[in-house]
Amino acid sequence: MLVPGAAVRVRDDWPEARGPCHIRTPHYVRGQAGRVVRHLGDFRNPEDLAFARPAAILPLYHVAFDRAALWPDAPPGEVLVEIFGPWLEASA
Amino acid sequence: MTTELPATDSTALFAALRRVLAAKGIASDAEIAERVRATDAASPAQGARMVAKAWRDPAYRTLMLRDGTAAAEAVGIPMRGLPPLGVLEDTADTHHLVVCTLCSCYPRAVLGYPPFWFKSAAYRARGVRDPAGVLREFGTVLPAGVTIRVVDSTADYRWMVLPLRPAETEGWDEARLAAIVREGDMIGVTVPHAA
Repeated sequence: MLVPGAAVRVRDDWPEARGPCHIRTPHYVRGQAGRVVRHLGDFRNPEDLAFARPAAILPLYHVAFDRAALWPDAPPGEVLVEIFGPWLEASA
Repeated sequence: MTTELPATDSTALFAALRRVLAAKGIASDAEIAERVRATDAASPAQGARMVAKAWRDPAYRTLMLRDGTAAAEAVGIPMRGLPPLGVLEDTADTHHLVVCTLCSCYPRAVLGYPPFWFKSAAYRARGVRDPAGVLREFGTVLPAGVTIRVVDSTADYRWMVLPLRPAETEGWDEARLAAIVREGDMIGVTVPHAA
């Protein structure tokens, strides 16, 4: 379980390049560094639900990203995104 | 309820579907009627009632920020079977803007159907990257020093904004406060003003 404040990085993974899939992790945060705001709860994995496959229950986190790090032309501020645990790696 | 509708293929199909759902024990006629009522009642006026109550009642505000679903149910908004509702609190230095970049997730129980632009590719792409520019186009200029926190509704939560109460509304009752809260104020593209 990731704790509030934990530094994380979103996996730089592109399952859509490998075949049909349903992903709730936006392109613009793949490979990006963020900070866990809080654990939102536990929900069935939408990547399996979308295909009527048995779906594991996964932790869902609110993760904050620095907008200017995502887009060099963006003004300061945060973007908060709901991200499932398996997409997140602890980072220094 | 279908007896009030003209006999068409679609009403016959709906009647047949209801019979099958009832026969299989999936949903009774009463449950379907209850859901139709809840859907018809869903509108921005529901969210506005919550905002107005939170502005006047600190205990309700605390509940709303901790558990939006419980706060909605506390004022009679049916939330059973719906995704959890999260509430984002605007402060003197942080303004929230809700966008769903992946599709059009929206807190329908408390805001009704989303406005057409909420689903547009332009809003979804620009809201997350250039929120101040989007707000300007809605006529919203925030005080200097306020940063915009964009909340991308990507998964199992649905989000609404609890905006700042306008200063000129001292002493207003709940109904009068609710009347000035618009759908855009709870998405974050606009802010409420004392009418």
